[in-house]
Amino acid sequence: MKLHEYQAKKIFAEHGIAIPRGRVADTKEQARDIAKELGGRVVVKAQVLVGGRGKAGGVKVADTPAAALKHADEILGMKIKDLPVRKVLVDEAAAIQTEIYFGITNDRSARKPVMIASASGGIDIEEVAAQTPEKIIREHVDPFLGLRDYQLRHIASMIDLPREHWAAFAKIAHGLYRAYRDTDATLAEINPLVITEANQLVALDGKLVVDDNALYKHSELEAMRDSDEETPAETEARIHGLSYVALDGEIGCMVNGAGLAMATMDIIQLYGGRPANFLDVGGGAGADKVAAALRIILRDTKVKALLINIFGGITRCDEVARGVLTALETVGARLPMVGRLVGTNEEEGRKLLADAHMLTATSLADAAQKVVAAAKGAQ
Amino acid sequence: MSVLVDQHTRVMVQGITGREGLFHTRQMIAYGTQVVAGVTPGKGGEWADSVPVFDTCKLAVEATAANCALIFVPARFAADAMLEAADAGLPLIVCISEGVPVQDMMLVRPYLDKCGARLIGPNCPGLLTPGSAKVGIIPGHIASVGMVGVVARSGTLTYEVLHALKQAGLGTSTCVGIGGDPVNGTSFLDVLKLFEDDPLTEKVVLIGEIGGRDEEDAAAYIGNNYGKPVAAFIAGQSAPAGKRMGHAGAIVEGGAGTAAEKIEALRTAGVRVARHPEELPALLA
Repeated sequence: MKLHEYQAKKIFAEHGIAIPRGRVADTKEQARDIAKELGGRVVVKAQVLVGGRGKAGGVKVADTPAAALKHADEILGMKIKDLPVRKVLVDEAAAIQTEIYFGITNDRSARKPVMIASASGGIDIEEVAAQTPEKIIREHVDPFLGLRDYQLRHIASMIDLPREHWAAFAKIAHGLYRAYRDTDATLAEINPLVITEANQLVALDGKLVVDDNALYKHSELEAMRDSDEETPAETEARIHGLSYVALDGEIGCMVNGAGLAMATMDIIQLYGGRPANFLDVGGGAGADKVAAALRIILRDTKVKALLINIFGGITRCDEVARGVLTALETVGARLPMVGRLVGTNEEEGRKLLADAHMLTATSLADAAQKVVAAAKGAQ
Repeated sequence: MSVLVDQHTRVMVQGITGREGLFHTRQMIAYGTQVVAGVTPGKGGEWADSVPVFDTCKLAVEATAANCALIFVPARFAADAMLEAADAGLPLIVCISEGVPVQDMMLVRPYLDKCGARLIGPNCPGLLTPGSAKVGIIPGHIASVGMVGVVARSGTLTYEVLHALKQAGLGTSTCVGIGGDPVNGTSFLDVLKLFEDDPLTEKVVLIGEIGGRDEEDAAAYIGNNYGKPVAAFIAGQSAPAGKRMGHAGAIVEGGAGTAAEKIEALRTAGVRVARHPEELPALLA
């Protein structure tokens, strides 16, 4: 789960990291009042959970409260990569000498946290990594030992941080590591970490991504979830415990198991169709989950045909088929459907689907070809 | 012979009194696996069908000489269950549970290494040696006895492949489901080495997916004179970047971990890569 910048920076501040003075606003009037309160030059920043806010015009500097109101008016309600902006952060503007990148993330290959730092801060770190990899400094942290001071001196020297800032940098790095640990983050990032004209180290931006699997430990973070940033289909999928990703094709897929769901998308593409979604309905494929999955898939008006691919194994296919049919009755779908069931009693399951006018298939390749043809016929 | 488990393996099921634990314990016993003990804290002294239940792993091992742990506990108790099994001296731990936080796994894995325990999973379907034993949730009847070693990151996609092999008259020596999490126990490379040394495995099928570098590491090893033919399938060729496809580890991050890169690495190493799972049997011919 991604947190907003204002949420991440609040958590950073609680861990002793210096952030600019500022507050979040829902309306242009609030933005103006915050600017008035802060005095001087402010920056109005769209709070939206995608990158590239600056390029999209979602970050603007204002010299007066009236200008802050005008910018907030423009930014609130704009869409950045299809996500509507509903909040702006109004921060005091910093006079910047130097911009640094500093982040902590999980290195899955090393199975350890890794700190990443670069003297080239303020821009997309993936671009820096691709174009000038020598400018990226990486230092692993032993999760049993935690972050050690000598590692921070190493990083500071490698990014040519002036020595007068080493102590402040160490404090920020320890704070960020604690924030990363305390929130079970998969990414805790400050970009940019700046040296101001007043010679202070300040975290101008903040990003925190929390491990979804760890949210059960962190009700305070779960409470920060912004459902406005999800599509209704994503929200419904999350509530029903389904893994769902919307894609832009025309063939809806309902599959049990993540690997098989990906393979089903792939084979649709191989036979000339385009998958409309990834959806893992889970192991047992129970009737209530199947019904929720159908509703989610059919919300997408681009969907022209549906492929149901359930590899039951031990699961009884006649039960799965009855679940699918019950779900279809409640959802009321009217589009071509192909059902493929493998497992115990699969012939009975197929017969039940065929009797309900569904196309059936035994092999994955057959199912994919049938659904691609059905989608083309429906267009 | 086979890898990791056979009819002599003595399985201890953690979470045996839960719905999943009990269901799959019955399936395993019906398949011929020796399930010698169960562990559910607070239920020591009870029985799960014919299996004695203990409060702790240490008590279970002392009483039954179990040598393989199988974990079905809810995700929030899974890290503790793995550590407890390792502390009780079990050399092989199979964790089916899905949803263990990554930072917890970064502590569990090195501790298990220190104890000398091999971990399969978490978030995996477990192990199946057709005709001998199954330790986990892989349906026994979908695979037949044979010479193909199968290693995979996913569950039902693996079943799909075992089923396709059986339909084509090809049997399986052992199937190892290593799991879909970003930080896990046993890698593709580890299993490839086991298959290389196993006289009953003649050919290998590797089923990978997007995310991480495990397939690339395996490809590098295969390219360096691996002794047995390998065929592979990589899921997620149509998956968009930056989106997690169900499994915690199935995500293309920073442009790395794409299916295209993995397929290229495997092909370069001489692996025959299938366009879809049902093509795999033909590639082994």
